[in-house]
Amino acid sequence: MALDLGVFCKSTLDGEAVDHCFSSLFGLGQNADPSYLDWLMTAWGWTLAVAGLGLSIALVLGAIMGTLRTLPDTGRMSRLLVRLATAWVELFRNIPVLVQVFLWYHVIPAFFVPLKALPSYWLVSIALGFFTSARIAEQVRAGIQSLPSGQRAAATALGLTTTQTYRYIILPMALRIVIPPLTSESMNAVKNSSVAFAVSVPELTLFAMQAQEETSRGVEIYLAVTALYALTAFSVNRVMALIERRSRVPGFITASSDASLAH
Amino acid sequence: MKKLLTHNAFPKAVLALFASAFLAAPTAFAASATLDKIKSTGAVTMGVRESSIPMSYTTGDSRFDGYHVEVCRMILNDIKAKLGLSTLRINYQPVTSQNRVPLVQNGTVDIECGTTTNNAGRAKDVSFANTLYVEEVRIAVKANSGITSIAQLAGKKVATTTGTTSVQLLRKHEKANNVNFDEVYGKDHADSFLLLESGRADAFVMDGSILAGNIANSKNPKDYKIVGEVLSTEPIAIMVRKDDPEFLADVNAAIAQIVSNGKMPGLWNKWFLSPIPPKNIVVGLELSPATKNAWANLNSKPAEDYNKK
Repeated sequence: MALDLGVFCKSTLDGEAVDHCFSSLFGLGQNADPSYLDWLMTAWGWTLAVAGLGLSIALVLGAIMGTLRTLPDTGRMSRLLVRLATAWVELFRNIPVLVQVFLWYHVIPAFFVPLKALPSYWLVSIALGFFTSARIAEQVRAGIQSLPSGQRAAATALGLTTTQTYRYIILPMALRIVIPPLTSESMNAVKNSSVAFAVSVPELTLFAMQAQEETSRGVEIYLAVTALYALTAFSVNRVMALIERRSRVPGFITASSDASLAH
Repeated sequence: MKKLLTHNAFPKAVLALFASAFLAAPTAFAASATLDKIKSTGAVTMGVRESSIPMSYTTGDSRFDGYHVEVCRMILNDIKAKLGLSTLRINYQPVTSQNRVPLVQNGTVDIECGTTTNNAGRAKDVSFANTLYVEEVRIAVKANSGITSIAQLAGKKVATTTGTTSVQLLRKHEKANNVNFDEVYGKDHADSFLLLESGRADAFVMDGSILAGNIANSKNPKDYKIVGEVLSTEPIAIMVRKDDPEFLADVNAAIAQIVSNGKMPGLWNKWFLSPIPPKNIVVGLELSPATKNAWANLNSKPAEDYNKK
């Protein structure tokens, strides 16, 4: 089956070839009407925006919730925090991500009316962020609990408070340990951002569904979209591998943490 | 698996496209391949839609019905008589917007009786029978919104469904009239209607029959109305394989027979103006002059010819 990649140089308005197909990507030319390539790039931008915001929310909340789940039993307050974090994790990882997106878009704004003013881009990023945060929290918890108990005991013996113990002893090591699963989770955030099409964010999946209907060139459109998803996820992988290499503490996590194995 | 959960037509469409890439180009027969197949197997496969009320939809338990489905059953009855078969089994194959063309191309579906727009792009891949229904793209709004024309929608939120020609239509309208809509996209028609219902959109732009069907199905049909000018006119036609002119001629002959027997007004009344199964709703879409004209002058002109002014 012959591929007709010329479809990307066609105008989205009248289906005619545009004047500046590739040059418009670099700002060298300006098309009177956007081409499918221009639209594809805009859609990619939305995918990156949803994935980026969702991942930021997820990393912050995930690190906090994962840490809270490992708090030592020092009184009513710490028990309450542990329960809260456990409830958070169980709530957000037990509901499919698409259902969560619909909850944030259709159901929750019906009760908290101010949320209706929030653009769907924010709502879907929150949904994606909360869903991913539950998974990251479990990874962070695993990292913390994998540390030898002597670390915490030594910190207590030195007279460090709980906050100081986490800040200076436990988290610097635990967060390094969990970089490999965090890499997978970050790549998942990119791929899961495709659910945003369901609440009218014009990202890559929505582009694919609409453009293949308009152009009848489904194979070319889906191939391009697939390539962009793969490229994005792989870039995230490379960035995380770089972070893993740069943040390594020589001699701590032994030879097996060779960063070249990160993918 | 997430992709499968989010939108099951996605992989299906890709599969169908790959299938069409490898299975297309059936061997050329001297006579009609479709008619030969129907005669030798005693069965025919009709492509139908799951929820295009009232054109083509399921009434539950894998039974399908609708305006186009009933027309197709009449056509197949004529073909059965022509082939001298005592019985003809009709297999119903549900199709989606994404896979209907590939499935007709590769021979999975012999005759597609859904809601396919006859346009020049598709006519390169498939053939269309003579048009029996002309769709008009209209605007649905809340009855108390005070909106009566598309000019009032500038700067407002306008809902439409991803994967339909209406998205492109709105884009063209924005460009031609130098206005700007704030478009919101539903993932299917029910979702787009929900956007209108919940106030996330001020209007829903879509084919008139779909708007009428969704309004009829809503909690309070009186809260909505279809307003404004006709934004676009599109012939909706029965689709058959491209390389089989003899089968197409038989289908068109059967359509001419149905029309000359005066059955069309009765069919319209049955599907568009009377309670239809399974929920006994009334779509309530009056017969448009464009559709009446299509019956009077049977033709298979593509959508491009309708919108030339």
